[in-house]
Amino acid sequence: MDHLDELEAESIFILREAFAKLDKLAILWSLGKDSNVVLWLCRKAFFGHVPFPVMHVDTERKFPEMYAFRDRYAKEWNLNFIRELCPPIEATDPTLPPAGRSAARKTLGLRAAIEKHGFEGLILGIRRDEEAIRAKERYFSPRDETGQWNLKDQPPEFWNQYMTSFPEGTHVRVHPILHWTELDIWKYTKRENIPLIDLYFSKNGKRYRSLGDKDITSPIESEAADIDAVIAELETTRTPERAGRAMDHEAEDSFERLRAAGYM
Amino acid sequence: MRQDKQDARQLKIVIVGHVDHGKSTLVGRLIHETGALPEGRFEAIKAQSERRGMPFEWAFLMDAIQAERDQGITIDTTQIRFRTERRPYVIIDAPGHKEFLKNMVTGAASAEAALLLIDAHEGVQEQSRRHGYLLSLLGVRQVAVLVNKMDLVGYSADRFGQVAEEYRAYLKGLGVEPSCIIPISAREGDNMTAHSGRMPWYQGPTALQALDGFETLPRPFERPLRMPVQDVYKFDQRRIIAGRIESGSLEVGQEVIFSPSNKTARIRSIEAWQAGTPETVRAGQSVGVTLDEQIFVERGEVMSHVADAPQETNVFKARLFWLGRNALEQGARYTLKLGTLETEVTVEAIERVIDTDDLSAKAATRIERNGAGEVVLRTRRLLALDEHEENPATGRFVLVENHMPVGGGIVSMEGYPDQRHLVTVRSTNITAVGHAVTREARTARNGHKGGVLWFTGLSGAGKSTLALALERELFAKGYLVYVLDGDNVRGGLNKDLGFGPEARAENIRRIGEVAALFADAGFLVISSFISPYRADRERAKEAAGAAFHEIYVKASLEACEDRDPKGLYRRARQGEIAEFTGISSPYEPPEAAELVVPTDELPVEECLGMLMRYVGERFQNTR
Repeated sequence: MDHLDELEAESIFILREAFAKLDKLAILWSLGKDSNVVLWLCRKAFFGHVPFPVMHVDTERKFPEMYAFRDRYAKEWNLNFIRELCPPIEATDPTLPPAGRSAARKTLGLRAAIEKHGFEGLILGIRRDEEAIRAKERYFSPRDETGQWNLKDQPPEFWNQYMTSFPEGTHVRVHPILHWTELDIWKYTKRENIPLIDLYFSKNGKRYRSLGDKDITSPIESEAADIDAVIAELETTRTPERAGRAMDHEAEDSFERLRAAGYM
Repeated sequence: MRQDKQDARQLKIVIVGHVDHGKSTLVGRLIHETGALPEGRFEAIKAQSERRGMPFEWAFLMDAIQAERDQGITIDTTQIRFRTERRPYVIIDAPGHKEFLKNMVTGAASAEAALLLIDAHEGVQEQSRRHGYLLSLLGVRQVAVLVNKMDLVGYSADRFGQVAEEYRAYLKGLGVEPSCIIPISAREGDNMTAHSGRMPWYQGPTALQALDGFETLPRPFERPLRMPVQDVYKFDQRRIIAGRIESGSLEVGQEVIFSPSNKTARIRSIEAWQAGTPETVRAGQSVGVTLDEQIFVERGEVMSHVADAPQETNVFKARLFWLGRNALEQGARYTLKLGTLETEVTVEAIERVIDTDDLSAKAATRIERNGAGEVVLRTRRLLALDEHEENPATGRFVLVENHMPVGGGIVSMEGYPDQRHLVTVRSTNITAVGHAVTREARTARNGHKGGVLWFTGLSGAGKSTLALALERELFAKGYLVYVLDGDNVRGGLNKDLGFGPEARAENIRRIGEVAALFADAGFLVISSFISPYRADRERAKEAAGAAFHEIYVKASLEACEDRDPKGLYRRARQGEIAEFTGISSPYEPPEAAELVVPTDELPVEECLGMLMRYVGERFQNTR
């Protein structure tokens, strides 16, 4: 087994634990490279099937390429696809900085969707290396009724045993690729030939390294026009992945506040 | 596996030690020295420190969270990556504060090697020892000790020698031999990547060399096959048994056994999606298989080869560490998670509590939060497991209380036999006659025989008091025990019966039959009824056979009438109650009771003691 095989085996184990232990499970599909890998891993774990709903919480501000990608693969991969909308910006916490408010729409949309469908578990494609606060996450991360994440008192996880039962009213975020890096994602995407939105590849000297809403995501300077070039670029870069995500950088603690309130 | 730089396997390391002994500083230094910092991070933290009017701290690199900086302690494990010439690393900055031991465990349990930091000035502290102890319990065998803050002790070789010797002796008590003990200053950069001119007396490995000296652990391919079943899928026409292979390897066509149901079948296929049709799979892989026979298999069972199957037992010893808010108590029940199996478990005994300061052991009835000890655990159902030494993945478990994982332990089967032979019914084509589960098997599982303790005696003799006290005591010791009395029988089973002589006889007959069934099911039944007629008691004895024990709860009529707890004798004397035993209808005392408990001569405690001894002698399983 090489490094990617080990990562894959671990993620499949986690997905199967979630499916065995959680009653109403869904996967959050953001259409980006990470959640595409998670979907792929689901099909590996469940032998070609995705045995739970695949939900897109839509801000309606994504790039057109993202919507085209979504509509195509929801059909092609035979997904049980659900689309939920986010509330207007006015519904968010006015004390957050502007891009933070934009990101907070997604949190509210997500919370409403969880309530509407009564999901007990939600699978998300976040990774520890993306961001310092995500680095603190657990594979199985419980949230209380209001979606709050209690960062300071998390359940221990060891010996492949996770917290898989919960008091009434709790839901759990499951993070099967928490231990992967950005580079792992790209190498795996290449090896498995997983489809990808081509905004990730350079056009006119710019490409998107991370995909979010149009208004709060900026492209980076890059000549990497295909997957090999992206991998080569990432092997030498020292710029953080989410540098183009405005909401992470407005204030020292803005991302932490978003996360505590239920942001992905 | 290729061993060149790019493809060398990543090593997971953990950094532990007492609070403030410099873990975050070490990590900050390491990632800076190896060039792993994201661009701009060093500058951002420098600027942040200046804004706060503080000197630059390497630790700030790690402490990305507001709350952490305010409290000044690292709360949780964070994974940070860097790379040396030899290979990539992922480091887990484990916290040192006592309250956060569960986070240290979370980090260290997945580590292949550890750096343990000790402050040269403060010396070996409580957490230095506790973390060392936990590393050994968690199975982290590769440990390098870094004696940090040498700058604060004037780079003294003597001071280093003292600390190193003290800690080496402690680790020796755990059977752990550190790969090296290195004097460093993480803040000043001494002996981190190169030998420091300030400690010419030290010529051993640097911190980075110590890291590169560790080995990535080989997968346990050579151990017996173990695959805990995670699930059985039927998404299409295939019935796939899914799980991860924890040890050994598996080939198509091999015969396998599922424990503890002990069913066997052959592997028809190894299933995969977008990965061909493998013929062989090995430890570490998440797989799916189909079988040649449609046997019923479920989550929690362990798949192995027939020849080297895991042990089966419902009782075992364990060394465990405890993280729960409430102490672990003797007699308490928890949920046990072992592999993919979950079941209720009782702490039958706490054999000793370990003081991690000096590794001394003492007797106790509880293990406090962040403590460690040795216990005997008993489950209701049979478990498939291994001695931890022989197969760590199937020889360790987690305890859960109120949904929350609260402890972990490793299995020892020392002194307990494998129960596999007691329950194995290997042939699948024999029609069952009688019970498939024998009485012996139930006795072995429960740790005691089933039986009926038939209490008889006058009203007010103390039957109920003793029955309920005995039930409580036996239950605490892990017995399957249940009291049948007027309250739970008259309300349902015998609701249709009145209090005339025929109805009373029928009442006792039914109770006798029910008690016999309970006894057959492995329970110790305590029936608590006056049951005044010998003939009625004889019938009950016939129903239960040899399992029937007549217990005469003896008190004179005068004594009972004196006590008269419910005022019944008074009302009977006044003629308000017809046919009252001892007053207006007879009580026939037993002629040959197995035990006579004279409640009018002995205090309750002594009566209870008599009963407990009797039960211990007659019902405890003596293999």
